Amino acid sequence: MKIRKYCKIDREFVVIDGALYPFPKEEGTHFLTALYRALSVDYPKFHKMDTLSKLGFLASELIFREEDENILMFDNMAIICFNRSSSLEYDTKFQDSIEAQNYYPSPSVFVYTLPNIVTGEIAIRNKLYGETSFYITPHFDAVQMVRTVENAFQDRDTQSVLAAWIEAYEETQEVLMMWVEQGKDGGMPFLAENINTLYNKSF
Amino acid sequence: MITCVGHNIISSLGFSSSENYAAVKSGSSGLVLYNSCFDSVEPFVASMIDKVVLKEKFTAICNDSNHYSTLEKAAILSVLDANKTAQIELSNARVLFVLSSTKGNVEALENDHQQTKKYLWHSAQRITQFFQNPNTPVIVSNACISGASAQIAALRELETDHYDKAVVIGADMLSKFVIAGFQSFKALSSECCNPFDVDRTGLNLGESAATIIYSKKIPELRTLPNTHFSLLNGVVRNDANHISGPSRTGEGCVRALTYILKNIDTQDIAFINAHGTATSYNDAMETVSLNRTGLNQLPTNSLKGYFGHTLGAAGVLETIISSLALADHTILASAGFSKGDDREHLNIVSTNQYTDKKMFIKMLSGFGGCNATLLVRNGLEE
Repeated sequence: MKIRKYCKIDREFVVIDGALYPFPKEEGTHFLTALYRALSVDYPKFHKMDTLSKLGFLASELIFREEDENILMFDNMAIICFNRSSSLEYDTKFQDSIEAQNYYPSPSVFVYTLPNIVTGEIAIRNKLYGETSFYITPHFDAVQMVRTVENAFQDRDTQSVLAAWIEAYEETQEVLMMWVEQGKDGGMPFLAENINTLYNKSF
Repeated sequence: MITCVGHNIISSLGFSSSENYAAVKSGSSGLVLYNSCFDSVEPFVASMIDKVVLKEKFTAICNDSNHYSTLEKAAILSVLDANKTAQIELSNARVLFVLSSTKGNVEALENDHQQTKKYLWHSAQRITQFFQNPNTPVIVSNACISGASAQIAALRELETDHYDKAVVIGADMLSKFVIAGFQSFKALSSECCNPFDVDRTGLNLGESAATIIYSKKIPELRTLPNTHFSLLNGVVRNDANHISGPSRTGEGCVRALTYILKNIDTQDIAFINAHGTATSYNDAMETVSLNRTGLNQLPTNSLKGYFGHTLGAAGVLETIISSLALADHTILASAGFSKGDDREHLNIVSTNQYTDKKMFIKMLSGFGGCNATLLVRNGLEE
């Protein structure tokens, strides 16, 4: 397996395939909103998303934006994500909302109280009908990521996997997304040591 | 292919698979009307585990009872009971634990956001530590298809020889959080649910912890429970349509069904155990999918009228009940069904029927647009 392309968004730094992606920061605007504007995509649903989905959406936009839309392999691409805190950002938000007197629970908050919604958001945006899965690990775990993605290729139709570590809770907002394909040529080997290097490298 | 060597269900209908199956076969339902539970203003129907009995049973096996959440207690008891027939060494490094849950201990957020027990991995660790298993458990949180995703994860891990045995646990409990959430979607019914019925009024939620212990090698016949079954195949596909509504064309569901039916003669399928939540959208989507794949004449049922929708446990619980039915040559009645929608050409089973066929299909769909199918066969390969 090899990494065809990757994107990392971490503490306001955006990296595509090893190169810093510069975008204008705006005073008083969340960096993810500023990045969305810089990408000039017209997708108003973005503003309704939880942070997990925003991170996943932006990383996948950065990975796919220069690709040919007609590449048929998209049809058989799986989306497999991992994190530590599940959907606790919106779980907390929903719990706080129902602790008020005469509360009115909001369906638009409740829908994001599942971690796998981000996989659905990316599937909808890119018309990906393949497998979508979400796994929880106690910490960033490149070994389990490699094994899970390798296992996903047992699905006869899966030709590539969009694999991501994607965490949004308390002080952490980060994503490392990798477009993984089978074979060796034309990409960095999808190995735990390489994934750890990509994750830990600071800019 | 992997083979079940032990299983258990803890639900409103009992604390073992056989108790649960006997209740379902006799037509008993665990659904009860709750008028004022979890601060709900509106009454709702749900299926809940008897917490007094659960606590008694747990105290009998562990003197540190207060350190485990209800979900963890139920999961541990479920594994212990499943292992009565499996008789495997749960602390062995060749045994993997796989946990499926949507909300874990979400009630921990009610008082204090800082508690570690709010994390799903914390629950999984409590369970594996109880059994002194050294491996990092696999935790799947894939909305309502989690119980199928967990079995697919186990299938892949065993088929690649990473492990010899997998303990697949599906567990979810009800809370103010979950009830208020489904109420916000106007999805909850104040009556017992009627999957696929023309007058269906929405879903009921349920609590369960259910366990299947899978083995890669087919054990000798004498060591198997008399109701063994094998997971032949399983797959997940996305609708790529909407995050909370199923696709009108059943895109992901059709693809998931088509995948597992490759090289399978549908004449060999005894029945389809649908997701059948009794929301109009879900049941309509499954109807479209079964029609599109030419499976609409196969006997089809939903178990939600007995257990409610048990969320992350549903895929595990419903696989066990359906397998027990198959071993008993029975296609179970779809509780709550009396009259189908004339526009929906399906063969919904309204009374228990006889079958001598060996396979069934399990279907599940969930938020995020995900759909899963499992192909299960009773008995050993002939």
